[in-house]
Amino acid sequence: MASSQGKRLSFRQGLRDGLPIGLGYFPVSFGFGILALSRGVPALGAFLISSLNLTSAGQVAGLSFITAAGALTALALSQLIINLRYSLMGISLSQRLSPRFTLPHRLLASAFITDEIFAVASSRREPLEPAYWYGLSCPSYLGWVSGTLAGALAGDLLPASLTGALGIAIYGMFLAMLLPPARENRAVLFCILCAAALSCLFTYLPALSFFSSGSGVIVCAVIAAAAAALLFPLGKAEGEQEADRA
Amino acid sequence: MLDLRVILPYILVMAGVTYLSRALSFSFFRKKIRSRFLLSFLSYLPYAVLSALTFPAVFSSTGSTGTALAGTAAALLLAYLRMPLIVVALAASAAAFLSSFFLS
Repeated sequence: MASSQGKRLSFRQGLRDGLPIGLGYFPVSFGFGILALSRGVPALGAFLISSLNLTSAGQVAGLSFITAAGALTALALSQLIINLRYSLMGISLSQRLSPRFTLPHRLLASAFITDEIFAVASSRREPLEPAYWYGLSCPSYLGWVSGTLAGALAGDLLPASLTGALGIAIYGMFLAMLLPPARENRAVLFCILCAAALSCLFTYLPALSFFSSGSGVIVCAVIAAAAAALLFPLGKAEGEQEADRA
Repeated sequence: MLDLRVILPYILVMAGVTYLSRALSFSFFRKKIRSRFLLSFLSYLPYAVLSALTFPAVFSSTGSTGTALAGTAAALLLAYLRMPLIVVALAASAAAFLSSFFLS
């Protein structure tokens, strides 16, 4: 891409890309705040969960352990499985980091790896700079934490039709990230359709429902991405470009 | 309401495991991947993750299938037209909210 020779990705650019993520997170974490409150978790507890975890599937799963007073080892295991995707994303991102991403930066920045931040950062062709990463993370983190707090404190006051409508915002954002590349690239379209079909099977087929929603997502995604990689391997030139990006 | 002191160990275990699952590979994986399959796999993975997160969860995201379908249709149309992320996200919410007056 021409832009790879251009300017370094800046903090400002990160803020600009992160704003829709933060706005998208707000209604989703608002819903999490309402859910936490309805399970008997005080607002301060919901706030702590969101500010220390910054993840949707893992937090919802954790909530059910808290209300059931389940074993801490089982909680740890379930979190490990649900969050395994972050380890894969970490490997993928590690290929793209600029030399300025030193170990202290990596240790701090990794706390903000989410599905959305990963997807937006991955869609950038340039090497990833720490400044850009923090710019991307700030609005996302603020949106997630403030949404949780607002939901836990005020969720009861809003009409259900409004809180419900806010819940679809983040999926609208996902679709906006999926459709443009799917229009241009058959391999991406195949991968998206394959993942969606598998995910529907996993959700609606009783035989497969033993996967929790978080681990089901990663299983479907890994199968779909592997199938796409087998059927549509990147060209030699493309592959080297990918490898030489960082 | 649950006592914060009772739930704090749960919150800390969640936070610790979640942080480690993010930090270890991101911080310490330094090799350059050369395998064509792995590079292809890693380039398709973000799309697969987003798609599996979206479907079928989007259909139950508003608490009513009808309003969720209205929001999904609006999002699909605007996303196809390459509108910015935030425009598509808010349009999905607006369509779901407005359709709730007709569908309830």
